[in-house]
Amino acid sequence: MSCFWDSLLSLRERLAKKELSSQELVKHFFERIKEVEPKVRAYITLTEEGALAQAKEADKALAAGENKPLLGIPLAIKDNICIRGVRTTCASRMLENFVPTYNATVIERLRDAGAIFLGKTNLDEFAMGSSTENSAFFPTHNPWDLERVPGGSSGGSAAAVAAGLCAGALGSDTGGSIRQPASFCGVVGLKPTYGRVSRYGLVAFASSLDQIGPLTRTVADTALLLQVIAGPDNRDSTCVDQEVPDYLAALDMDLKGCKVGVPKEYFGQGLSQEVAQAIEASLEVMRDLGLEVKEVSLPHSPYAIAAYYIIAPAEASSNLARYDGVKYGFRAEGKDLLDMYKKTRSQGFGPEVKRRIMIGTYALSAGYYDAYYKKASQVRTLITKDFAEAFKEVDFVLGPVAPSPAFKIGERTADPLEMYLSDIYTISVNLAGIVGLSLPCAFSEKGLPIGLQIMGPHFSEERVLALGHQFERALGLFKQHPGL
Amino acid sequence: MQFEAVIGLEVHAQLTTASKIFCSCSTAFGAAPNTHVCEVCMAAPGTLPVLNKKVVDYAIKLALATNATIHPVAVFARKNYFYPDLPKGYQISQYDLPIATGGYIQIEVGSQTKRIRLVRIHMEEDAGKLIHDEHRPVSFVDFNRTGVPLLEIVSEPDIRSPEEAVAYLKKLRAILRYLEICDGNMEEGSLRCDANISIRPLGSKELGTKVELKNMNSFKHVQRALEYEIRRQTALYLDGKEIIQETRLFDVEKGVTVSMRGKEEAHDYRYFPDPDLVPLKVDDQWVEDIRQTLPELPDVKKERFMKEYGLPAYDAEIIISSRHLAEFFEACVKIFPKPKIVSNWIMTEVLRELNREGKEIHETKLTPELFTELLKLLEDNVISSTAAKKVFSEVYKTGKRPAQIVEEQGLRQESDEETLRAICQKLVKEHPKEVEKYRSGKKGVIGFFVGQVMRETKGKANPKVVNKLLTELLESE
Ligand SMILES: [Zn+2]
Repeated sequence: MSCFWDSLLSLRERLAKKELSSQELVKHFFERIKEVEPKVRAYITLTEEGALAQAKEADKALAAGENKPLLGIPLAIKDNICIRGVRTTCASRMLENFVPTYNATVIERLRDAGAIFLGKTNLDEFAMGSSTENSAFFPTHNPWDLERVPGGSSGGSAAAVAAGLCAGALGSDTGGSIRQPASFCGVVGLKPTYGRVSRYGLVAFASSLDQIGPLTRTVADTALLLQVIAGPDNRDSTCVDQEVPDYLAALDMDLKGCKVGVPKEYFGQGLSQEVAQAIEASLEVMRDLGLEVKEVSLPHSPYAIAAYYIIAPAEASSNLARYDGVKYGFRAEGKDLLDMYKKTRSQGFGPEVKRRIMIGTYALSAGYYDAYYKKASQVRTLITKDFAEAFKEVDFVLGPVAPSPAFKIGERTADPLEMYLSDIYTISVNLAGIVGLSLPCAFSEKGLPIGLQIMGPHFSEERVLALGHQFERALGLFKQHPGL
Repeated sequence: MQFEAVIGLEVHAQLTTASKIFCSCSTAFGAAPNTHVCEVCMAAPGTLPVLNKKVVDYAIKLALATNATIHPVAVFARKNYFYPDLPKGYQISQYDLPIATGGYIQIEVGSQTKRIRLVRIHMEEDAGKLIHDEHRPVSFVDFNRTGVPLLEIVSEPDIRSPEEAVAYLKKLRAILRYLEICDGNMEEGSLRCDANISIRPLGSKELGTKVELKNMNSFKHVQRALEYEIRRQTALYLDGKEIIQETRLFDVEKGVTVSMRGKEEAHDYRYFPDPDLVPLKVDDQWVEDIRQTLPELPDVKKERFMKEYGLPAYDAEIIISSRHLAEFFEACVKIFPKPKIVSNWIMTEVLRELNREGKEIHETKLTPELFTELLKLLEDNVISSTAAKKVFSEVYKTGKRPAQIVEEQGLRQESDEETLRAICQKLVKEHPKEVEKYRSGKKGVIGFFVGQVMRETKGKANPKVVNKLLTELLESE
């Protein structure tokens, strides 16, 4: 009775029909984890005991006929989202033994919906990276080719979903951290509109860009998870007070005649042939679905990476100042206060985190602020306007997620700039605060998944998910799984 | 060569909201260390600030009371620096878009009214407190104060003397207290003041190099620190030495200022808009709603007291310096409609006691009823003014009724002419030499006789009646 490749919706049905119990389900997943996890290494922390206890409760509720959207369904959570009483490390030495006393809002909502947590997944330290190689603990392996990276920073969550180590997962996306690993691992990943999902309890990397989102095997599952976690929160002022529509009900909406825009700037230098072809083929599918495809322009997109690598590090340099060895987390002994600060932060943070703190500190410094931070903010406004202009002409913008399929572990660690280019197609979405969905659209010659990105205006999740769902059903790729 | 000082003040007023500015922890003072804390004000990973709207209400109140311009959009900014009492590694403050700019505070200089203009009023959070172990090289941090709301009020460099600086602070404190948004206690740190001061030759329009002064925890410290700094800078100027731009601390013990850090060591706070807080929108309705709640403010009250009660500007200024004192005054005048007598007593006996105890009038046992009863006894010659002072301190201490104290202590004044005449006659007879002196023109000798009568009556004789009787006796024959 396999269940590792079931969608959330299918598991929900099977649980409701008493085909299997939540406890059985959780046990099956832990059996699978014991077998496969040593090869993939998706998890930093496993919470078997807690999961079984939660499953027991869920079974009682199921027996009592309770009807909650995720009752008894096991999920994995990226290890930068706080769960009360469970170690939350951000894959950093700095928080190696940090146990929060509070739940993130999304965790509260998932618990209220009956979800069960199998464990906390690996990531690039403090979500800074595109390969999960920046984890202070160990790299995660791509389930489709164990020598390759799963992408990042939500590489652990993407790999766990792809390898059947959980039924669905949460990640966080600051510059592509959900979408790029989803693309590398052949799963669905959504970066919701900025302000759609509360950030309370998500350990901040770049506050104006961070957004929590689902990673699942199908678009419908993403809709289901988003349904549960989205909505206003009085603990996060940036979370928008706007009603949450019924995403699942909207999946089959009629999209015929809708317009899909393809930005000409996205098909230049740096895009691999394979990915370009995969996108071309996807456009054909869109036409078959009855959508009109046309070219659009996002003239400022060439500046997105530059602007992002000012704004995100600037915010990070400030957000990460709290890790000073005074209150919690790692502390190195020093001969005086300054020495303690220096040693704590030198030893507690990894090289990529330190690099970004330095870039950000520099960008905000007196005399440089206008040339860097202010300029980058202006570029950000222009990029937002580019999208607003494009969305006057089209309903969706389509493009690649990453320039190439998953690369090999160690292949890009020497050159941070090359690594930064992995996010070239995803970063603009964060800067503009709009919706970005990544879903599988093809496999490379080597059998590696390739993702397609569907972008929509602010709060257009309903339509974006509907298009993704219809595309996914037309293609049927979700039925393929890595041979682990 | 004559010099003038150019002074600007930066005041931090701790607000009396029930909860902190970005979380729901209590702001109560004096709790055990780290008991008024939560994951938000302790900066636990992943937590976010949510603005307490009460703080904005309070900021609007002060802005309205100082005629400042309230901005429809205000932005919170992060001020980044490392210190153990700052859990986030940055303070949430306001930078280029504060809630209010401009406005002024009016002070009395001699008999003139002067306006000290304001640069800005902004909201920010307080830091925690470091407690150093006396025996070991160890420090502890108390985060109870972390996140307590502050208003920072920055003046233009319109202040020209230490006296003006103190007058400005006193007026600002009065306004804050009238608005009931800050208790204004400098010693406890709920009102803190830093100063920027430079000097220049009188008549010059150029500004000298400014020095920042810190650590002045009372009006007296502010006065002394500024006086010292003016002397120090003047001496340097006259010696042709350079005045260095720096931050100096006031040393209370020695009464001097000491260099803390120079311009080169100045922090780069790397301000930028806080992405965790959306821009604050303050619409006209909000401002209007707050305007409706404003009490009569010190300057308006002062004008009214001068007009309505005929008080001199000086008296009015002192009485309105506290809202409670002003209310006390008005309540007294209602019962005992002789404003000048009431104000004289308030400015001497009452304020002496209040200042000695560091209390406000409503915190004492003295009520308008008790106080006016006393004034009435004096007015009706039931007691002498000497006795009245005695009765006053007793009433102040115990809250007993003045009439009761007069009876208990036998302070009732002897005004009966027959009784007193007999005593006076006896004394005149007993002191022929003094009578002789008086009659030869040394009228002052009457004081000797008054004193004798007082001794004879144990101070109970009504001095007015005694004077009259003695004069009659000595002038006759
Ligand atoms: Zn708190």
